Amino acid sequence: MQVTITVNGVEHTRDVEPRMLLVHFIRDELLMRGTHWGCDTSNCGACTLWVDDEPVKSCTMLAVMADGKSITTVEGLAKGGELDPVQQGFMECHGLQCGYCTPGMMMCARALLDRNPHPTEEEIREGISGNICRCTGYKNIVAAIQWAADNPAAAQSEVTA
Amino acid sequence: MQTPAPVDYAKATSVADALAKLQEHGEEARVIAGGHSLLPMMKLRLARPDALIDLNDIPELTGIRIEGTEIVVGAMTRHREILESAILAEHYPIFREAERLIADPIVRNRGTIGGSMCQADPSADLSAVGSALKGSAVVVGPGGTRTVPLREFHQGPYETVVGPGEILTEVRYPIRPGAGSAYEKVERRAGDWGVATSGVYVVVSGGVVTDCGIGLAAVGAEHYCSPEGEAALVGKEPTEENLAAAAAATAESCSPNADQRGPADYKKHLANELTLRALRRAARASQGA
Repeated sequence: MQVTITVNGVEHTRDVEPRMLLVHFIRDELLMRGTHWGCDTSNCGACTLWVDDEPVKSCTMLAVMADGKSITTVEGLAKGGELDPVQQGFMECHGLQCGYCTPGMMMCARALLDRNPHPTEEEIREGISGNICRCTGYKNIVAAIQWAADNPAAAQSEVTA
Repeated sequence: MQTPAPVDYAKATSVADALAKLQEHGEEARVIAGGHSLLPMMKLRLARPDALIDLNDIPELTGIRIEGTEIVVGAMTRHREILESAILAEHYPIFREAERLIADPIVRNRGTIGGSMCQADPSADLSAVGSALKGSAVVVGPGGTRTVPLREFHQGPYETVVGPGEILTEVRYPIRPGAGSAYEKVERRAGDWGVATSGVYVVVSGGVVTDCGIGLAAVGAEHYCSPEGEAALVGKEPTEENLAAAAAATAESCSPNADQRGPADYKKHLANELTLRALRRAARASQGA
């Protein structure tokens, strides 16, 4: 069936089987490979993207359920060539090792900071509790998100630009 | 790669539209809410519906409101809305305490109370909460609307009274002025199903417990509740001794199964201890402490 889904502000219309998962629509139909496909069981969070600004595990949603919705993927975080502070934080604090969990972590982190700009360490850990890092690099991931909270400048310049 | 078997799909725009589409697609059609139980089951071929009727774009099914002496929660209300609801926090902290321990924040953005209730997993936290609070379910079908006590809603593991062609639309909880409530859960890791859980409300008035409800998940409590535990407490003073006796009666009424989460005697021990902890906190809250 035909679906029209807006991804990072761009409308895409495709004919898909109803059983196609959203993560496969993004990766295999739109060829946007920033969103990772991990455990396939809604445990690991690597496939996290936003549907209408809320983080969702895209392995556990059908593409047809996203018809008419607005989706943001990790490719949509950087604006106007400027990295999002969350992305900058992952660079500054070595917030990734193998990189598999990174897009899901970043999407959760950005959503967390949008709602709570000054989270405690505990709130950050709670916020990413649906994302598994099998390198077990949580310490630096938490530090990266804290860095982004402490350095929101890029986001601010984006807002005023 | 796990992919569901081929399936038809239709988006419903209202409850009436959903009922019509269920009729149209026949007995093997299923409604899909958040999809966080149904889609994993479809991937594993544990469920293989012919058609999915999507309830996600029906505004009338969402929201938390007070109607007379009841709190009404729409079936498509997401876990996160329940976690953050000021109405529920004011009347029944048990919801917030349970929701904080359900899955993780991303899953809670998507999963719904109606989906959880209808999945009827024996470990479902919200089923224990609903039975503790002696709420009711509003079920709509071609034959009209009926209201079912939550303690009769579940017919067994993964079975409810919701028939083919019917939809759960609301869950209702009576407001009890002065009630304290609490939820306790032991899980193996953050966001897991409980090894055992217990949730209670207690009303203390004039120094005695005048009313209480005890709900449990994952411990083989019939209809997720323990009338035996409640009977042991009502009419008594909320002393440590009386609370402990009620918790013991509660555990005695449970028949847990041994599984990968633990042996039966351990779960029974947890049912006792978690009920006692919940009763203590709820009784204190009811007395304004």
